[in-house]
Amino acid sequence: MSEILAERQRQVYRKGEQTYQIDCEKQSASGSVSQRACVFCGSRVVLYPIADALHIVHGPIGCASYTWDIRGSLSSGPELHRLSFSTDLRELDVVMGGEKKLYAALCELIDAHRPKAAFVYATCIVGIIGDDVDAVCKRVTLEKGIPVLPVHSEGFKGTKKDGYKAACDALFQLLGTGPTEDISPLSVNILGDFNIAGEIWIIREYFKRMGIQVVACLTGDGRVDEIRKAHGAALNLVQCSGSMMYLAKSMKEKWGTPFRRVSYFGIEDMAQALYDTARYFKDPEVLDRTRQLVKEELEVVLPQLTEYRRVLKDKKAAIYVGGAFKAFSLVRALRSLGMKTALVGSQTGSREDYEQLRELCDEGTIIVDDSNPLELASFLEEKNVDLFIGGVKERPIAFKLGVGFCDHNHERKEALAGFEGMMNFAREVHASVMSPVWRLTPRKLRERAKECAA
Amino acid sequence: MTVTQISQKSILPNFVATRNACKLCAPLGASIAIRGIEGALPFLHGSQGCATYMRRYIISHFREPMDIAASNFNETSTIFGGGECLYQGIKNVTSQYHPELIGIATTCLSETIGEDVVALLSRYDDDPKNAGGPVLVPMSTPSYSGTHMDGFHAAVLAVVEKLAARQECVNKQINLFPGMVSASDLRYLKEIVKDFALSAVLLPDYSDTLDGQALDTYNKIPAGGTPIASIRSMAGAIGSIEFGRTIQHRKTAASFLETKFALPAHRLGTPIGVRESDAFFHCLEQLSGRDTPEKHQAERGRLIDSYVDGHKYVYGKRAVIYGEEDLVVGLAAFLTEIGVMPVLCASGGESGLLAQSIAAVTPEYEGKIVVREGTDFMSIAEEAQQLAPDFLIGSSKGQSVARQLGVPLIRVGFPIHDRIGGQRILHLGYRGAQQLFDHVVNTILERKQQDSPIGYSYM
Repeated sequence: MSEILAERQRQVYRKGEQTYQIDCEKQSASGSVSQRACVFCGSRVVLYPIADALHIVHGPIGCASYTWDIRGSLSSGPELHRLSFSTDLRELDVVMGGEKKLYAALCELIDAHRPKAAFVYATCIVGIIGDDVDAVCKRVTLEKGIPVLPVHSEGFKGTKKDGYKAACDALFQLLGTGPTEDISPLSVNILGDFNIAGEIWIIREYFKRMGIQVVACLTGDGRVDEIRKAHGAALNLVQCSGSMMYLAKSMKEKWGTPFRRVSYFGIEDMAQALYDTARYFKDPEVLDRTRQLVKEELEVVLPQLTEYRRVLKDKKAAIYVGGAFKAFSLVRALRSLGMKTALVGSQTGSREDYEQLRELCDEGTIIVDDSNPLELASFLEEKNVDLFIGGVKERPIAFKLGVGFCDHNHERKEALAGFEGMMNFAREVHASVMSPVWRLTPRKLRERAKECAA
Repeated sequence: MTVTQISQKSILPNFVATRNACKLCAPLGASIAIRGIEGALPFLHGSQGCATYMRRYIISHFREPMDIAASNFNETSTIFGGGECLYQGIKNVTSQYHPELIGIATTCLSETIGEDVVALLSRYDDDPKNAGGPVLVPMSTPSYSGTHMDGFHAAVLAVVEKLAARQECVNKQINLFPGMVSASDLRYLKEIVKDFALSAVLLPDYSDTLDGQALDTYNKIPAGGTPIASIRSMAGAIGSIEFGRTIQHRKTAASFLETKFALPAHRLGTPIGVRESDAFFHCLEQLSGRDTPEKHQAERGRLIDSYVDGHKYVYGKRAVIYGEEDLVVGLAAFLTEIGVMPVLCASGGESGLLAQSIAAVTPEYEGKIVVREGTDFMSIAEEAQQLAPDFLIGSSKGQSVARQLGVPLIRVGFPIHDRIGGQRILHLGYRGAQQLFDHVVNTILERKQQDSPIGYSYM
């Protein structure tokens, strides 16, 4: 416990060893080396996959450089989202203001790329130097005839979650502006899937087989015109609840669109998501088709999983992810592989999320909010895990200690959603845990020596 | 093939926006430099996101832990100043990591609100409660000014300014400021200097901290780096060597030591290729009073021999070079001496010295090389389209351009985000030139073999 800063003690909970209490949704302690990013990051990840929009970062160059083509979000058509545009503000702009530069940049880029909309991300210093981004956006909207939307994502104005909200605010301006005549009463929007490695295509295919129309994807493989008519869908399916719940609630308020929380990771959660959707529509045919779909998929997947389960049984895993929704699914998915979760944490979980995790996890599991490298390293050592699931920033912690690692973040190139995604997940977990390289690493050598001595 | 004279003036549209930047921001360079000091931790005075983004970017290249702390500004600190965040951050980082030194780099946010970090830190140091804590080194690295290379050099300078003090001459010790080179380059430089029976204070030295070994228990701060005591002793060296033709007119660590302690500064080009490496070895001969050791003469000899073996395959080929200015200059020198024409030399940096530095190392192609400072990857792609290169050479960020042009990319420098081992690519000296040469020739041969309908098995 010595690794945990005094002001963070209440953000770590050990199930069964102490009375339940966990602090969360607070600003990261200064100097704690949080794994979190900032408001801008929250906005950027949510809007990034909209492939026919222009995304321009208004500020000095760093924010644009570090977010150029970093996500595995695929597009079935245009790929404007993979380009990085910045006003690249310099010293003189800081003194004189950057509005003129932003205006000129927007005009030339819209002329060159003909996007369906433009998102303008305001970064840390934009407000401080007095730029009126809203006014520039309004002017360009009028002149160019496409929506030019400001995203108020100044990095210091809260946490990544506030960035999600800023992104949802921008999206909300697009909603309700498109035609809805061709939308079936059996229709959904997919909220909170970002089409990493083509995952949304897997999910869309399931809905197609069920006879349900997908109106808009927010934002995986996203298109501006689809988003404009999303208010016409009968139901919102919200996956990444941390980022998209705000939008779902706003849509319910304005258009009365109901929503369901779902997850597409793991066979249990995937099947649950499809059944919840089918039951919502109270259509016996849809329900029949859903049953048939799940049956067909499980017939393929389950026999293969049995083999993995035999090998992976009782291996221990640690999970540290951005949003807590992913953690629930991962605990269950690991369980379906016979594995135990010894540590689970997230950057941005809420009180309810952690409560749910506590119920889900075994005794002795460590639950942590907004952790950092030193804490995570000490937890990995303490629990002696075989696998760590996280993102790029967590990977070297695991590898340095000779622990297997699976990337479940937005940079990965493997589709992990849906039934076939579960098979990819199982394969990757298996390859990560069973690789012979661990036999050569110092930690495993020491353990083996200890075992031999005993 | 005839080489046509190319106008220096581009006929392409000039964009206000930066499109796919060919540069990173200053605090990233500072963070890498600080990571090369023993027991040191980089700390950014600004938003949390800066540290996290840079960590991700650096980790993806080195595949090593890279902890960067942040003071983590909020709205209150942005309005009333970030002093409290800074102090709290230093306390937290010190209690967790026990660093010997914290390099505190500013960001665009702290610079724009006019934060006086130097004054804040001296107030912190004056408080007796904080006695015995880590050395705090402030460095000004606003992201709106320059590139990551400016941040890198600013960090090295700030550390030397803070630590180097007048002292007795240390026999046979030299200071070596290599710039931002690979971990393998750093290891090789140490080997070279040792072979001359010199001892070098290499700053920074992240050859271990960013290319470390598998561990049994986690190191809070990775082992290795330039010892702080060695940096303190820099003023007693017999001279400094500093690489980088495009930083020769600015204040740097070497020029500071020269001005303040009258320490001779040998400011050389980044030693890539035979001619630039010869200058470096010649300098070491002078400083050590010894001839280049047989081992290195032999490596040079083998390199020249291989140049002869492979010259036909590469002569007249055309290359686009991009990246940090001094890397570009070094690569231009190397390619020129093997008969490859650098048709476009491009960088996001804006030293104002790129064109003349390239001219100095490419006499064979006088007036025929297009040089672009302050450019970006979309501009490079547009210009390259017209220049019909045979290959691109630079970081992995040029991958999309190479793909678009349908030509191979030879990955060097930083970052390499789509291959493993970027930190182990050797660029410098005779050994680095040997690896680069083999790589260039084989890339061309592979392409020729692939494109051939016959599928030659002898090339």
